[in-house]
Amino acid sequence: MNFGIKSNISKLIAKKTIYLGISFLLLLFIAITGCSKKEERKLSRELNVYNWSYYIGETTIKDFEKEFDLKVNYDNYSSNEELFAKLQTGIAGYDVIFPSDYMVKIMIDQKLLADINIENIPNYRNIDRKFINLPFDPGNKYSIPYQWGTTGIGINISEISENVTNWDILWNEKYKGRITMLNDMRFGLVPALKKLGYSVNTINSTQLEEAKQLMTKQKVLVKAYSSDTYIDMLKSGDAWISYGYSGDIYQVANNNQDVIYVIPQEGTNVWIDNVCIPINAPHKYTAEVFINYILEPKVSAGISNFTSYSSPNREARKYIKPEILNDPGIYPSEEVLEKCEFLQDVGEATKLYDRIWAEIKSK
Amino acid sequence: MSVRVWKIYFNIHAGLIYSFLYFPIIILMVFSFNQERINAVWTGFTFNWYETLFKDAELLNAVGNSLLVGFFSTILSTIIGTLTALGMVRFRFPGKKILDAVLHLPIIVPDIVMAIAMLSFYVFINLILGLFSIIIAHVSFNIAFVAVVVRTRLAGFDMDLEKAAMDLGATPFKTLRYITLPLIMPGVIAGALLAFTISWDDFMIAFFTSGVGSTTLPLKVYSMIKFGVTPEINAISTITLLFTMTLFFIAMRLLRTK
Repeated sequence: MNFGIKSNISKLIAKKTIYLGISFLLLLFIAITGCSKKEERKLSRELNVYNWSYYIGETTIKDFEKEFDLKVNYDNYSSNEELFAKLQTGIAGYDVIFPSDYMVKIMIDQKLLADINIENIPNYRNIDRKFINLPFDPGNKYSIPYQWGTTGIGINISEISENVTNWDILWNEKYKGRITMLNDMRFGLVPALKKLGYSVNTINSTQLEEAKQLMTKQKVLVKAYSSDTYIDMLKSGDAWISYGYSGDIYQVANNNQDVIYVIPQEGTNVWIDNVCIPINAPHKYTAEVFINYILEPKVSAGISNFTSYSSPNREARKYIKPEILNDPGIYPSEEVLEKCEFLQDVGEATKLYDRIWAEIKSK
Repeated sequence: MSVRVWKIYFNIHAGLIYSFLYFPIIILMVFSFNQERINAVWTGFTFNWYETLFKDAELLNAVGNSLLVGFFSTILSTIIGTLTALGMVRFRFPGKKILDAVLHLPIIVPDIVMAIAMLSFYVFINLILGLFSIIIAHVSFNIAFVAVVVRTRLAGFDMDLEKAAMDLGATPFKTLRYITLPLIMPGVIAGALLAFTISWDDFMIAFFTSGVGSTTLPLKVYSMIKFGVTPEINAISTITLLFTMTLFFIAMRLLRTK
């Protein structure tokens, strides 16, 4: 019927919507660019922190808010990859993040991290020399060590009476069907390589071949290759021996008194989580103030006392609970620590690792 | 006789299927009252986990975020969705068939595609992620659900009532306000409840579009689960489940009454 009028009206509405949309986008653009340039050494009223779950002291955030009179927006992620994905969008808006060593390297390569102004972080000097200037970030331009740990063996001592000191237990046929291994091509090969006395970053194909043979031999004994669900298996007593992350296994030990954590004397790999500032962080200076704050000896010790991870903060040791400090699974002796290595990027050999891991899993 | 045999067989069959679907949920609920932290064994009854839940400030904050997102996305999508449904039923206009197809897209398209599409859009317009971005994303897919539900209601709508009202001098707005809306209200409310439920349950889209200070409940539970399933998680799941089920039942009841 009067189609003409109707379509005229709809045209008018469409026009109006477009104008509205454009002006809205313009406004948004102005708002975003307007607030991006600013701030020298002035505390902002907010700070956006993105951290792993349960990875800070119980009162750390509250104390910081009180002391500096600002509000912390505190969110959690559960894997390095999740953090990476969020950061890559460029619109995440976080000021402080906690990536692991290898992820720091990736983020530096992708230009996702901001230069940290060390002048604003005098407490940096509290950090043990051993943990600075590591291969993933030479000179610590982008990252400050936060907490570190190892991979090792979780043992259920109510089922296993022998005293475990080395990797051999993972190949013991008595425990067939009670062993779990990490499901990761780099971590997964650590026990075999260390048992054989090789570096965990080897690119020598004969050494890797030997490791593969060991792993294939072990396969019939293994209940599961898992990097997360093994926690529940160990907790419930389904698994007796788990090769896993120190933090995970201590988490289990908190719930199940029978579980202990052992670092084999042949050495293992160490990993370290770091505090970083994303490149487009809205409150960079405040982030540096926050980093300085969590490096205060007492604050840092408060964090480690809650998480049971190892602290790279030398000055904090005084305030860490003695039962944590004296646990060789958390603070291994110099002798053992010397045989531990960081996992490093192996370049081209990554493909070799990938193939070997696939062969082990598919045999 | 054989009919009776068939009947028994169907009952058993249905019973098995229902227990297959609901048994895990019942287990989950039962173990939220378990004293033991380790999931596998029952050691005694307790309300402890519910108590710790209500003391967990971060968790309560996540519940608050979920309610906020649910509330605003429901209101916006209900208004837009209802108007869309009215327009689609009432009028013929060029491009109606296309709009009809496009409108259903968010129901058919997998969540992950929707989530990535929303995220790329936000990156494109440089919108900082947060509660606002989740709300917009939820509105965009909830419109479809509201529109579909309201349209079902409009299908049995007697147009003569509107014509009569206009005949007696009511303006189009008055007709909408006093005749149309009250009649389709059960549909609108059912649509709104459905929208709220979907928003409350959504993990995937919130996962991609959340930012600073906008951890919703499903996201929080996910980050908790990485450290093993504790009865606390069973407890929060039980509450969430009861909440959504209540809303869903109300919505279904409203749709059934004529």
